[in-house]
Amino acid sequence: MNTAAGRAGWSRGAIEFRQSFTNGADLTAHLLWPVLMLVALWFLRDREFGDSGLALGTLALPGILGMNVAMGMVSMSQHLTADREDGTLLRARATPDGVRGYLVGKVVSVGGGLLADLAILMVPGALLIEGMRVDGASSGLTLGWVLVLGLVATLPAGAALGSLFASTRSQGLVQLLVLGVISISGVFYPVTSLPDWLQGVAQVFPIYWLGLGMRSALLPDAAAAVEIGGSWRHLETAGALGLWAVAGLVVAPLVLRRMARRESGSTMAVRRERALQRVG
Amino acid sequence: MVDTEPAAIDVEGLRMRYGSVDVLRGVTFRAGRGEVVALLGPNGAGKTTTIEILEGFRTRSAGRAEVLGVDPAHADERWRARIGVVLQSWRDHGKWRVRELLVHLSRYYAPYATPERPRPWDADALIRAVGLTEQAGKKVRTLSGGQRRRLDVAIGLVGGPELLFVDEPTAGLDPRARLDFHALVRRLADEHRITVLITTHDLAEAEKLAHRILVLSGGRIVADGTAAELARRMAGEDEVRWTLDGERFAVSTPESTAFVRELFARHGAAVAELEVRRTSLEDTYMALVREQEQGAAR
Repeated sequence: MNTAAGRAGWSRGAIEFRQSFTNGADLTAHLLWPVLMLVALWFLRDREFGDSGLALGTLALPGILGMNVAMGMVSMSQHLTADREDGTLLRARATPDGVRGYLVGKVVSVGGGLLADLAILMVPGALLIEGMRVDGASSGLTLGWVLVLGLVATLPAGAALGSLFASTRSQGLVQLLVLGVISISGVFYPVTSLPDWLQGVAQVFPIYWLGLGMRSALLPDAAAAVEIGGSWRHLETAGALGLWAVAGLVVAPLVLRRMARRESGSTMAVRRERALQRVG
Repeated sequence: MVDTEPAAIDVEGLRMRYGSVDVLRGVTFRAGRGEVVALLGPNGAGKTTTIEILEGFRTRSAGRAEVLGVDPAHADERWRARIGVVLQSWRDHGKWRVRELLVHLSRYYAPYATPERPRPWDADALIRAVGLTEQAGKKVRTLSGGQRRRLDVAIGLVGGPELLFVDEPTAGLDPRARLDFHALVRRLADEHRITVLITTHDLAEAEKLAHRILVLSGGRIVADGTAAELARRMAGEDEVRWTLDGERFAVSTPESTAFVRELFARHGAAVAELEVRRTSLEDTYMALVREQEQGAAR
């Protein structure tokens, strides 16, 4: 039974992934962010951080990549809210095993989109920025596990957020919070230059850890000197991301099921009324 | 028609309460296999609540409900595969292409095929049946209202359902699209012996589509029968108008034919501008609903 839904979910994800690269609005969303980041990196490429001998651009690129992965949480959450509002989720509920297929599809399309975005930023970024350490096996391995663990840590959590914040309007709040966390997570500037208590706050969220993991994969070992404790802290990275992953995987199915149970034609109609009033 | 099969829908004493408001106060009815039943009532009568309980989207407060022999509140995905739901859609899957979406949704039904019920139905045949062949490659959001409705029907049918729920099918459709839609539902129900439950607030639509009409008002079924039966049972009084020497008269009477005969016998050629208006089903329906509402208000 479930294999059919799983396969349908995969193809659903593939179709949605393709759609997001074949229509203007979505394509712009895919390209705009990387282009902006590349421009920022261009200006940071010669600025040195303190007397570390490291260029800010070099430090920032892996951090931005890590942040992009964490942004999957936001995009997952937005997708869920939008799909609930336009009836996609209700349609899934009216189909046997449809909610399962829907979720598999979302993970595939959002996860795939993230990886694509990553490549769009990483390839030109690596050419633009000097001092990246791309020495095959070991950095590839680190990149691999940080990415996979990062996706598992952020996508289910994003789905849970999307079910908790019901309206598109409250999604704005989620985005604002995430931007706040980004600003203290040492993405553009090493986190060690922040006050201690802010460093503590930053370490609660996956964005910092994803950035750290990415830097450990892509920067020479000497760059670890500007990190907290002067180390890449792989164990702690795996631990923190692992905790987020477990929490997300436990909480997401619960809140998702609750949300799906509440979907019906009349709740849709109420939302439609509200949205039309907003438009008109 | 004696049907030995168990009813497709069997509902008894269905109640729904939101806070302190009773939306349904004991809805009882049955629908046989292959029957097209319209649930007719004014806005706010509880039609959508009823159909959502039967679709398994909403949990009832009290009463017994069986849909295809299963309680929808505890139904599994196997049951879900036997049900078709035509949603009052809005704009879901707008970026998908018509055929792509139908083929995708059909895949979920394949594991639930049985020897008697092959599942899913062929997407292309279905697209032809609902008249969307030309639009098959188009994006869903580019469809007109009527085309979108027909796609919704196709989606409701793609799993080869034994029972189809349709909520307010023609709201917002132009008259032409409405007629097409009626023909489509009638034909599909006849050809494939699917039980159809339709909600509508439009009496003419119920009359045209359904074998049987249930009038829902004030949270109860207040009438149940074919259009002809309802008209007979609820038959009110006809209205007779005429003028006599320039003076206007109007009388309501259950025996309009006898009344007019008497009128001519008495006044002969002096009777002018005679008009007899038979009570339409519309009038009796309105009277029924009004009566119910006044009863509830008291």
